[in-house]
Amino acid sequence: MNIYVLVKRTFDTEEKITVSNGKISEDGAEFIINPYDEYAIEEAIQVRDANDGEVTVITIGGEDAEKQLRTALAMGADKAVLIDTEDDLDEMDEFTSAKIIAEYLKDKEVDLILAGNVAIDGGSGQVGPRVAELLGINYVTTITNLEISGTSVKIIRDVEGDSETIETSLPLLVTAQQGLNEPRYPSLPGIMKAKKKPLEKLELDDLDLEEDDVEAKTQTIEIYLPPQKAAGRILEGDIANQVNELVNLLKNEAKVI
Amino acid sequence: MSKKVVVLGEAREGALRNVSFEAIAAAKKISGGGEVVGVLLGDAVQSLAEEMIHYGADRVVTVEHPHLKLYTSDAFSQAFMAVYEQEKPEAIVFGHTALGKDLSPKIASKLASGLISDVTAIEGEGDAAVFIRPIFSGKAFEKVKNKDGLLFITVRPNNIAPLEHDAGRTGEVAALSVDVTNLRTIISEVIRKSTEGVDLSEAKVVVAGGRGVKSAEGFEPLQELATLLGGAIGASRGACDADYCDYSLQIGQTGKVVTPDLYIAAGISGAIQHMAGMSNSKVIVAINKDSEANIFKVADYGIVGDLFEVIPMMIEEIKKIKTN
Ligand SMILES: Cc1cc2nc3c(=O)[nH]c(=O)nc-3n(C[C@H](O)[C@H](O)[C@H](O)COP(=O)(O)OP(=O)(O)OC[C@H]3O[C@@H](n4cnc5c(N)ncnc54)[C@H](O)[C@@H]3O)c2cc1C
Repeated sequence: MNIYVLVKRTFDTEEKITVSNGKISEDGAEFIINPYDEYAIEEAIQVRDANDGEVTVITIGGEDAEKQLRTALAMGADKAVLIDTEDDLDEMDEFTSAKIIAEYLKDKEVDLILAGNVAIDGGSGQVGPRVAELLGINYVTTITNLEISGTSVKIIRDVEGDSETIETSLPLLVTAQQGLNEPRYPSLPGIMKAKKKPLEKLELDDLDLEEDDVEAKTQTIEIYLPPQKAAGRILEGDIANQVNELVNLLKNEAKVI
Repeated sequence: MSKKVVVLGEAREGALRNVSFEAIAAAKKISGGGEVVGVLLGDAVQSLAEEMIHYGADRVVTVEHPHLKLYTSDAFSQAFMAVYEQEKPEAIVFGHTALGKDLSPKIASKLASGLISDVTAIEGEGDAAVFIRPIFSGKAFEKVKNKDGLLFITVRPNNIAPLEHDAGRTGEVAALSVDVTNLRTIISEVIRKSTEGVDLSEAKVVVAGGRGVKSAEGFEPLQELATLLGGAIGASRGACDADYCDYSLQIGQTGKVVTPDLYIAAGISGAIQHMAGMSNSKVIVAINKDSEANIFKVADYGIVGDLFEVIPMMIEEIKKIKTN
C-alpha cells in the first residue's frame, strides 16, 4: 500500500510568542512536528505494518524542516520528501500549499493520504481536503478510528463531539483528530536508521510549476498580539466574602449575570 | 463595488444555528450594499428559509434531496455548486463549524479560490473589508485580505453579532432541484453525545470543569450553576480523559471553540490547548486551588480556593440576587 503523510513544521505554541517587524519572532523558538500530524504519522506506520507497503512523509518548507522529516523517519516512516519553496516564494497560503502537494502526488499511485486536521500555527485546516479535491479522491476529516480491509475503509469521525461511523473506500485522504492513537517516540535505533533513509529534495522547478501557478489568493497584512488584558483581579479575604464580591462584580461591573 | 454574497445556513435538530445568522451579518458587511442570498441544503429545509430572511438575507435558495439528510462532502458540494453556478456570487460565507470546516476547502479548491477561515471580526466594508482571525492557538491574530477573485470566508460562532430579527422582512424563497449522485461515503451510524439544552458552542455562559473536579459526581454542582445561569457545561481534556464527563463537552483546540459572555473555569490549569478554545471569552472567571495556575493569566476575576467550597456558595449568592 502506498501511504503518504502531509507534515508541517510548526512553532511550538506552548512557547512564548512575540511579534517583531510584523512577524512572529522565530528567535530561540522551538519547532516541532504539528501535533495533529504526529497522529497521522503514527497511524500511517500502523496501517503499513498491518498491510505492507511504504510510508512517505511530505513537507513544504525550508532546509530547517529536514529535522522534522528525520523525526518522522525515526518514528518509522520509510521515505521523506522536502519541497523547498524558500527561494521561489515569499508568500504562501493554503491554495499555494495544496497546489504544490497535489502536483507532487498527481502521478503517484496513491492509496491513502493522512494529514493532521489542523496545524496549530495557521489554524485553517484546509490543506488536506484541498489536496484530496485536486487529486479527485474522497476525504474524511477529524477521524478518531480507522479500519482498512482490502479497499474497504471504516472510519469513526468526531463531529463537534458527536461521532459518526463512515464507510468508504481507497484511495482516500483522512485528517487526524486527537484520540486516533498515541504517537510513539522515536527509538534510538530508529534515529540511527533514519539518518540513512532516503530524503528527496525538490523545488518548484522540479514539479514543473511556475510561481504564478501557485500565487497566494489571500494576503496577511498584519500580525499582532492580542491587546494585553488588564491583569485579572484575584479576590482576597475569606472565601465567603470573595464569592459575594465575585457575584457582585459579575452583576454590576461585568454585567454578565 | 457592491457584491453579491451567498451564505450557507446550517440546521441542527430542525432549527437554524445562531452561527447562520452571524454569517448573514458578516455577508451584509462584505456585500457593501449588494444582495445577500441564503442557501439551505437538506432533506426538509424549506420551512427554515423565512428565518434567514428575518435575519437579513434578501432571498433564499433551497435544495432538498434525501441524500442531503446527513452531511457528506460529496452530496453537499454537488448541491452547493449547483447554487453557485446559478447565482455566480462574488463572495461566500460559511460558519466555521464541523460542517463548514469540512466543506469549505473542497468548494474553495473547486473554485480555485482563497479561503479565509475562522474569522472572528471584520474591519471595513465591501471591497475594503479586512478579516481578523486567531493564529498560534489564539496567542496572536492576523489581518488578512483577499487579493482578487472570489472572496470566501468562514466565521467563528459567537463572535460577529447577528442583525436584529425582523419578522416583517420578506423575500423570495426558491427551490432548486439538483441531482445528487455518486456518493463515495456512507454514514452508517451517528452517535449524538451532545447534551440537549443549550448548544455549548453558542452558549452565553459556560461553566467548565477540569481534572480538579475529581469525579463525575463532582460535575453536579457545576451543572447546577450552569442551569441557574442559563448556560451550558463544558470541560477540559483532562476531565474527559479521566472519564468524569463525555468528550462532547471538551473545550479547546481539539474540542469546541467557545466565546461566551461568561466563562467559569473550575479546577482547570489553563494549558494552551485549552485556552485556544476559550481565551476569546468576554469575561473569564477562574477558580483554582493553585495560585500559580496558568488560567489566572487570562482570568478577569480569580478565586484561589477549593471549587467544592466556592461553587456551592456561588449558587447560593446567585439565587439570592435572582430572588431580589
Ligand atoms: C495535541 C493536543 C491537543 C489538546 N487539546 C486539548 C483541548 O482541546 N482541550 C483541553 O482542555 N486540553 C487539550 N489538551 C490537553 C492539555 O494539554 C492539558 O493536558 C489539559 O487541558 C489539562 O486538563 P486540566 O486543566 O483539567 O488538568 P490539570 O492540568 O491536571 O489541572 C487540574 C487543575 O485543577 C486544580 N485543582 C485540583 N483540585 C482542585 C479543587 N478542589 N479546587 C480548585 N482547583 C483544583 C489544580 O490546581 C490544577 O490546576 C491537548 C493536548 C495535546 C497534546
